[in-house]
Amino acid sequence: MRRYFGRKLLIYILTFFLAVTIDWLIPRFMPGNPVQTMLSRAALRAEAVEVMYGYYTRAFGLDVPIWQQYLNFWNALFHGDLGTSVYMFPQPVTKVIMRAVPYDIFLLLPAILLSWYAGNHFGAFAARTKWLDNTILPVGYILTATPYMWLGILLAWVFGIVLGVFPIAGAYSFALRPHLSWTFIRSVLHHWFLPFASLFLVMFGGWAIGMRNMIIYELEADYSHYLEALGAPRRLVRKYAFRNAILPQITGLALQLGVIAAGALVTEVVFSYPGIGYLILAAIQNQDYFLIQGCFLFIIIGVLLANFAIDIAYVIVDPRTRLGMTGEAA
Amino acid sequence: MSLQVENLTVYYQTLRGDVQALESATFTVADGEIMGLAGESGCGKTTLAHSLIRLTPPMRFVEGRVELDDEELPVWDMERMNDFRFKKISIIPQYAMNAMNPTRKIGKMTSELLESRKVDFKATLPELKRRLNLVELSHDVLNMYPIELSGGMKQRMVMVLSTLMNPSLLIADEVTSALDVSSQKAVVEMLVGFRDRGFVKSLIVITHDISILYQIADSIMIMYAGQLAEKASTEVIIHAPRHPYTKLLIASLPKVGVKYSEKRLTGIPGSPPLLLDPPIGCRFRERCPVAFEKCLDVPPFIEIEKDHFVACWKEFEKNAQA
Ligand SMILES: Nc1ncnc2c1ncn2[C@@H]1O[C@H](COP(=O)(O)OP(=O)(O)OP(=O)(O)O)[C@@H](O)[C@H]1O
Ligand code: SF4
Ligand SMILES: [Mg+2]
Repeated sequence: MRRYFGRKLLIYILTFFLAVTIDWLIPRFMPGNPVQTMLSRAALRAEAVEVMYGYYTRAFGLDVPIWQQYLNFWNALFHGDLGTSVYMFPQPVTKVIMRAVPYDIFLLLPAILLSWYAGNHFGAFAARTKWLDNTILPVGYILTATPYMWLGILLAWVFGIVLGVFPIAGAYSFALRPHLSWTFIRSVLHHWFLPFASLFLVMFGGWAIGMRNMIIYELEADYSHYLEALGAPRRLVRKYAFRNAILPQITGLALQLGVIAAGALVTEVVFSYPGIGYLILAAIQNQDYFLIQGCFLFIIIGVLLANFAIDIAYVIVDPRTRLGMTGEAA
Repeated sequence: MSLQVENLTVYYQTLRGDVQALESATFTVADGEIMGLAGESGCGKTTLAHSLIRLTPPMRFVEGRVELDDEELPVWDMERMNDFRFKKISIIPQYAMNAMNPTRKIGKMTSELLESRKVDFKATLPELKRRLNLVELSHDVLNMYPIELSGGMKQRMVMVLSTLMNPSLLIADEVTSALDVSSQKAVVEMLVGFRDRGFVKSLIVITHDISILYQIADSIMIMYAGQLAEKASTEVIIHAPRHPYTKLLIASLPKVGVKYSEKRLTGIPGSPPLLLDPPIGCRFRERCPVAFEKCLDVPPFIEIEKDHFVACWKEFEKNAQA
């Protein structure tokens, strides 16, 4: 057990190290100069630009040799310092990201968890239930096959513009300041519903179809046939099949949860929802390398944590991994 | 009569047509009888076994009648068969190595299975443990997952599980083929022990390995390409077979009575016909050294001497002359 997790941990640390290095490299090898970009927008006089350029280069720590920059980067990283945003200067990147994260979690966590739960149960139920298999599953296929962008826009158009029952931009009414009151909470939920529903629908279809196919496969496994041969009722056979079919779905779930860190780019763009996805787009548009870097770092950590969670979850639910850890097989 | 099968015909439905894997099987297995079922790979042994207990698509019930202890088995009805499965008729499947759910502890699985059949697990537990002792498994296996058991242990565990409800008939499909020679012997002897103790009344033991049947079977039934060829007591099948296929089969084995467990049913020229479009009449015709025009009709499976059944026109002629 200790060796298993030790080895895993080593792999995670290596991956983290590599990913962070690449993340550090990206802005430095990208065309364009962030400081220049920012200054050019300010439309200053030439001599002022020069002074400002020197000032900002120092402020961003770009005036030291590249290896020093790399070491400084790691040092700052361990102090939770991801630099300063260019696009929202002079706010620190960490603060900008932390402001966006709650929206991501609020939007994605319920969408992922609920769609996972409902989709899996529905898929398992639909498998080998003729009328459902023939009616509702095709709908699932259509849902997952639909380009998400298209579905999002369609929902926004129908409910936001044609029917006008839901707002289609922002996380709460622009007329409100965040505070704790029913009006504000209602506004937040109101703005949350469409992006949530669009994500839920698409993910639900995916989980349901995946589960249905897995169950059909498991029902043909030897252990299912044996149970049937011993006269086990359909309910028990299906329960066992579900237990085994859920394993790959747990992996899928954890991966999705890791991606929360990345936000839901398209959703957040379509509904102008201020999560990380929206932030990444803004950062790219503004060539805000430090913000991009910060966002990516955040995603790296999220994905690695999620993977680690999968490893642990598997050890708990699948005895085969637990045993593999003592042998060399793992 | 424990088991009585009449005209049982079961096909596999495939996109290319019906695979005629079991054609008009008619035979009986007496109370207390251990009947060996042998034949080349693909001749329909597993099909016959599954037809009796778990007939699911792509298998298709064509016709036939099965009686067990004078009660008709509704083999074509998945739901109604449930009343008989496990309690009256049971199976150790050919895939016994993978028969147990990988993610449930064996004891837990057993208890869930029993409870689902309205059997009190607690009350059954002492008997279960007694039987584990008999097959030399520690009680700890109940707390283990299937992968923690060796192949032989899994085989014995499934054996105990399948027979826990004291069925009238147990079908053991290739229980030895995955094991080494010494565990083969142990497993086979345990099967006989189960019969002797009355855990099961009758047994059908399916195998390629006639030497095993020679050790334990009271009678042997030979199949060829979906048809029954011959059934008689073990001594008769080994020493005085009548069907040309059985004769070739026995002759192809090393000396009778000595160990020939390594030898499989090969060594006969030609290969069995495809069952998707089998030849008419006797399916052994193309390989049979004594085939004649009559063999274009299907030979019936007839008792030519007491407890000796054969399906061969040539033998019927000889019998008529004698
Ligand atoms: N699911 C299936 N679909 C179509 N044909 C099948 C299917 N299962 C078996 N068959 C065919 O039915 C015939 C009998 O197969 P069966 O498994 O009963 O043979 P067997 O005597 O048990 O062979 P073995 O000794 O290899 O276990 C074979 O010709 C096989 O190709
Ligand atoms: S019936 Fe004819 S072909 Fe078949 S075994 Fe007898 S002699 Fe041979
Ligand atoms: Mg078989």
